[in-house]
Amino acid sequence: MRIHFKTSYEHDIRLFPDWWTFFVYATLIVVAVLLPWIMDDFYLGEVTNVLIWAIAGLGLMLLTGQTGQASLGHAAFLAVGCYSCVIFMEQGLPFLIAFPAAGILTGIVGTIIAIPAVRLHGIYLAIATIALSILTDDLIVLMEPITDGVSGKFAPMITIFGIEIERWTTPDRFYWLVLAITIICTLIYRNLLRSPLGRAFAAVRDSEVSATAMGVHIARTKAASFGISCGITGLAGALMGFYAGAFNNETFSIVISITLLMMIVIGGLGSIHGAFFGAVVVAYLPQFLSIAKDAIGGGGVAIPGLETGVFGAILILFILFEPMGIYGRWMKIRIWFELFPFARKDMFKRQKSYLKTERLR
Amino acid sequence: MSSLLEIKNATLKFGGVVAVNDLSFTVEEGEVYAIVGPNGAGKSTVFNLISRFYDPYSGSITFDGKNLLDRNADQVADLGIARTFQNIELFDHATVLQNLLVGRHRHRRTTMLEEMLFTPRVRREEKRHREAVEEVIDFLDLQPYRNKMIAGLPYGVRKVVEVGRALATGPRLLLLDEPASGLSVEETQDMRWWIDDIRKQMGITVLMVEHDMGLVSGVSDRVLALADGAKLAEGTPAEVQSDPAVIEAYLGAGAA
Amino acid sequence: MEVLQLLVSGLANGCVYGLIALGFVLIYKATEAVNFAQGDFMMLGAFVTLGLTNAHYMGLPFWVAAPMAIAIMAVLGYLLDFFVLRHLFGQSQTAVVILTIALGFVIRFIAGAIWGHEPQTLESPLALGDIRLGGVVLGMADVAVIVVTVLLTIFLYQFFQRTKLGLAMQAASQNQMAAYFMGVPVKRVQGMIWGLSGAVAAVAGILFASKGAIDPNAGLLGIKAFAAAVIGGFGSLPGALAGGLIVGVIEPFASRYLAAGYSQIAPYALLLFVLVFRPHGLFSQVRTKKV
Repeated sequence: MRIHFKTSYEHDIRLFPDWWTFFVYATLIVVAVLLPWIMDDFYLGEVTNVLIWAIAGLGLMLLTGQTGQASLGHAAFLAVGCYSCVIFMEQGLPFLIAFPAAGILTGIVGTIIAIPAVRLHGIYLAIATIALSILTDDLIVLMEPITDGVSGKFAPMITIFGIEIERWTTPDRFYWLVLAITIICTLIYRNLLRSPLGRAFAAVRDSEVSATAMGVHIARTKAASFGISCGITGLAGALMGFYAGAFNNETFSIVISITLLMMIVIGGLGSIHGAFFGAVVVAYLPQFLSIAKDAIGGGGVAIPGLETGVFGAILILFILFEPMGIYGRWMKIRIWFELFPFARKDMFKRQKSYLKTERLR
Repeated sequence: MSSLLEIKNATLKFGGVVAVNDLSFTVEEGEVYAIVGPNGAGKSTVFNLISRFYDPYSGSITFDGKNLLDRNADQVADLGIARTFQNIELFDHATVLQNLLVGRHRHRRTTMLEEMLFTPRVRREEKRHREAVEEVIDFLDLQPYRNKMIAGLPYGVRKVVEVGRALATGPRLLLLDEPASGLSVEETQDMRWWIDDIRKQMGITVLMVEHDMGLVSGVSDRVLALADGAKLAEGTPAEVQSDPAVIEAYLGAGAA
Repeated sequence: MEVLQLLVSGLANGCVYGLIALGFVLIYKATEAVNFAQGDFMMLGAFVTLGLTNAHYMGLPFWVAAPMAIAIMAVLGYLLDFFVLRHLFGQSQTAVVILTIALGFVIRFIAGAIWGHEPQTLESPLALGDIRLGGVVLGMADVAVIVVTVLLTIFLYQFFQRTKLGLAMQAASQNQMAAYFMGVPVKRVQGMIWGLSGAVAAVAGILFASKGAIDPNAGLLGIKAFAAAVIGGFGSLPGALAGGLIVGVIEPFASRYLAAGYSQIAPYALLLFVLVFRPHGLFSQVRTKKV
């Protein structure tokens, strides 16, 4: 067991509480950077996919896990990020400008949508965002002159300072690009958590009345959360477009929205780790299922709805038995080892709580 | 010298029910002012009027000469008014420290962009907030709970944390909504000392709603008795307790 | 004449939406949970009936199969509450929303595995023939849907006003704590409400399958019904029905008179419009949380 002796307030502000943690994460990053020399291209592509989903997960996590606003329409923002980035590049902007611009544009769109949305609570927000996600599909078709509608678009080649990056021909470079963006987004998320705005998000999530009494402007805080969340999601959407190579109105469907939300719940709401754990599940579940199908001899038979069905079942089990998600389970195992052999069985017993109503009565 | 808080002829109706009826009172700088009354007398409603959660139907509320009715609910804290809630409204999924730091929100000077990049200025500000919060933690003896989640804390501690969060805003007027309800005898005793210290050491004016007459007569300078949203009696604790109208309201018409 | 025809088919669709929406609202009022799987319940109810009555499967007479299917769905609803939702007590609304969406996926997968993914029609006596009134051709099924919905609404209304169980359900939905102290077995009553909404879903499913083909993805209709419930105001039963009718009627008219591409977005556009201007629905009073 490690004990932190804190000698200044700096300790609680630092990114890493001690040298050991710093060492662990530094090693993780070094391994991640060296990965293209360790793995073959297929698996590298899969890891890239995990990272892209993790960025999208971070975006939604900020809104749902941190601010408590469940969005079932985040695929819409993936779409905005993806289309705007590619369209900017088609207009001749270099990737290094088009990509952040796409993120900012998505953030602005998110903030504009937040203006009416911040007045909605719980289920009303959920249904409004579902509607948004459904409308996105139709809007992309209706905006055919810019979006090419049903026929869709192809992602152009990325060029950064003369270096060409493409998913298929240079998977290692694409991977590094995604890795860099993942690290930047994670840092931004972390920074928000340790500053006033991040705490205001948590305040809005847990009690709007007392947040107001503490001087937090609810609407503005929610709008900020929407903006940053959608911005990060937009970046992930652009990367998804480059990863897929081609996309159209059906790429960012309502199913993607729902998958994204389920992903962060399975991973563990309210934690950065959760976004990554959830992304691993989402990205590897199809592979796992096809391996399992081969094993029982059902090889080539396609079973429609199998993936979503299994995914749904996993989610139900998690909500029932481990509401804190994979991250919660991970923490418990870690604490168990750190305290060994002093961990008690009832240490993680959940407290009974009353139905805390948000219904206005 | 004008009063710190001045409520004049405030009336509030919910549908046909009059919750606060033509109520006027003033709270002077540096005093502890208590509001008592039976359930449903409109005590918490008065707090919600001051917090700007409700709009009065008529009347005026001024704080330090400024018209409170011009402000939104989230601007009240900025004037230096902090409050606690009757049914604790803490941020359950955050630590005690984080809860208290939210109290510092009105002193936030950094922008969203700076915080996303965590510039040196944000770091300096964070330390400043932390120092202020640590003073409150020392004052209320909350050290053992600093990094504990609210969701796992006992009721009595949560009540203290809520007072702490209000103090962390650095208020001039502190509104305490039933600070002793649900507390044990010792915890109530602690609360009494803290209220005394808040007034004497920190120089913060306290306005509180409380049922526990022991606590009320122990700490307050003046007491206002409410019934059906209207003023029944006002004066020192002893005066109010011996007022025949108050006795009747509390014990019912049969005892009079 | 054409307008009348559009109106009738719209009303019939609207009734199905309304019945699903009714299920949402029943559960929401009683437990504050939102059952996003209500549409999939409807689909499942339709398939259970189909499995019992179609010659290809068990071949029971329709009038035996339909009540059986309704009973089965009621039991399923109760069991679902007993085994799953009761254990979520105290968790956030978001958790329940996501859980029921996941449940929808699971139900869809199971239904697909049992009955396949091809659209099938229910061999229902309701589905026979048309009625001709002057120049208007009305589907027998459409008329039956409207009649059954009206009857069911009257029945539910009487049930809530007259019976002890209905009153207990109302009490539990208005103030759980108070109902509990008054001796209402809140948990069991909530289970019964889930059962009731399962039964209503089965009725909706039978009606829907009588009007046309059913396949496992028909449950996605639930989203539209959900929109209907929100448009009507989530807290009230008549509101839910009215919302369903509004959405049902808008659809045929939008696809008749609006350009292609705009017609299918009409219900959602209306939904967003309502949410922006009347965030609590068309037929509801706004209340604020008490502190």
